Amino acid sequence: MNAKKLGKRLLQILIVLIGISFLTFMLTYLAPGDPVTAMYTATGMMPSEAVLEQTREELGLNKPFLVQYWDWLTGCLHGDFGTSYSLRKPVLELLSSRLWPTLKLSLTSLVIMLLIAVPFGMLSAVYKGKPIDYLVRAFTFFGVSMPNFWVGLLLLYVVALQWKLVPVISTGQGFKKIILPALTLAFAMSAKYTRQVRTAILEELSQDYVTGARARGVKESVILWRHVFPNALLPLVTMLGLSLGSLLGGTAVVEVIFSYPGLGNLAVTSITAMDYPMVQGYVLWIALIYMVINLLVDISYNYLDPRIREKR
Amino acid sequence: MQGKLKVFRKNKMFTILLLLAVGIGLVAVFAPFIATHDPAEAILTDALKAPSKEHWFGTDKLGRDLFSRVIYGTRVSVSASLILVAVIFVIGSILGILAGYFGGWVDTVIMRIADMMIAFPGMVLAIAVAGILGPSITNAVIAIALVSWTKYARLARSLVLKMKNCDYVAAARVTGSTTTHILVRYMFPNVTPTLVITAATDIGSMMLELAGLSFLGFGARPPMAEWGLMLSEGRAYMQNAPWMMIFPGLAILIVVVIFNLLGDSLRDVLDPRDEE
Repeated sequence: MNAKKLGKRLLQILIVLIGISFLTFMLTYLAPGDPVTAMYTATGMMPSEAVLEQTREELGLNKPFLVQYWDWLTGCLHGDFGTSYSLRKPVLELLSSRLWPTLKLSLTSLVIMLLIAVPFGMLSAVYKGKPIDYLVRAFTFFGVSMPNFWVGLLLLYVVALQWKLVPVISTGQGFKKIILPALTLAFAMSAKYTRQVRTAILEELSQDYVTGARARGVKESVILWRHVFPNALLPLVTMLGLSLGSLLGGTAVVEVIFSYPGLGNLAVTSITAMDYPMVQGYVLWIALIYMVINLLVDISYNYLDPRIREKR
Repeated sequence: MQGKLKVFRKNKMFTILLLLAVGIGLVAVFAPFIATHDPAEAILTDALKAPSKEHWFGTDKLGRDLFSRVIYGTRVSVSASLILVAVIFVIGSILGILAGYFGGWVDTVIMRIADMMIAFPGMVLAIAVAGILGPSITNAVIAIALVSWTKYARLARSLVLKMKNCDYVAAARVTGSTTTHILVRYMFPNVTPTLVITAATDIGSMMLELAGLSFLGFGARPPMAEWGLMLSEGRAYMQNAPWMMIFPGLAILIVVVIFNLLGDSLRDVLDPRDEE
């Protein structure tokens, strides 16, 4: 990726960010329900219309839509993402305090997923058409059809309530708190990845160089581990990057089930509380992280696959 | 002979799955005749009863019969996800055909919007949209449609690009066919098969996303009998009434498995190239 291409990508990221933030801003503006009233009723107060009006004035909610958006956007550029209505703290501070738990959860689930998907996918590819292949494929099929929130509930019921191995509520830190949500996320993903690994390995196994190596009498295990495996893993890198990005935004359901203190959980409570600065900040952040990860994946490809470098 | 048998066998699989899917549809339509109780009738003295002869799947926190609620839940899940898939199918294919056929700024505008949607984790936007619009099953459908049409638009566009320079389209233009006529009679029928396959394989995952939004409280509202919502109600009573979360989940799993298999086998029947 050369400088010109990189510049183009960065520009594209900027445009998407502005587009997405404008869309969310417009939605919050058009949304039924009054955030100021919600803000007071959440604290148990029943303010008079004068107080409501004054608060609206203070928050700048009486200004025209485009002015509000412009104020917010320029604020973001200065690192000020506004103040949460319901938690009365800077949005940026709240988001960054929740970022690490969600990142940790996502990474843990990716590791668990790889531990399941790579061996299963390889077994299934190497023993294609044998019983073990059908078994693995049946597993992947159920994996994609299982609602992940149901998997989470079942795990919670069996492991936390029946066996009492881990606490029911995953607040705080530690392995025991993270394992169930991570397993839940890993389960659905591992089904998808097992299929990918299987396809990738099968594709590599049908290449000419494999036939050549076999003809020369190279041991099957050497072919598999030294030649096929590294080549098959390359496409996985892209997928992993994409998965990490969508995990950061897609952990909400699982975080809610396990009361895990992450970004998704924060987003869900903020939306319910009509805490719009929080929602806008969240959407913008996730979009930014997601696109930066994608960019990094593309850049890393240059180093992992020499063919792409040479093509230029 | 071997080939013929193979096709027959595959179509038999497809037929079975189609019958099962129709069966699910019938359950939805005839829910009042299958349900043993009124799904909305709350009898507090019967709350949280374990499965028994009277209440096959037990009762929930308000003493409503869970079996009847699961049966009625078929209506919401199946109809909402079919409507959702139909909506993104129509919007996606129309925008895709327009973008592909006219090119120029129409193409640029439509495809840049699509790019924007793809450069962004869909579920985040869906949650935000559904949450902001206010919880209802309609808003959940709108939210997911908003982030899912792009796939269909891209597909339709690429198909149109491939055939718009074909001789028969040029012939139609030369003989004076109107643009509308070409779009409706030549473009649309040609993109439909591929898009129908995509739509069929998508029903299951759309159902999961809808149930997920309801589970978070951004979809169906109580007292509606909807599986995702029932699961989230069951979560609170997991210790005392695990059946409240087992049966709705099982219902989702069964229906999604059937629709996923149906989609896969439809693809095999219509598009034999994809065979392994």
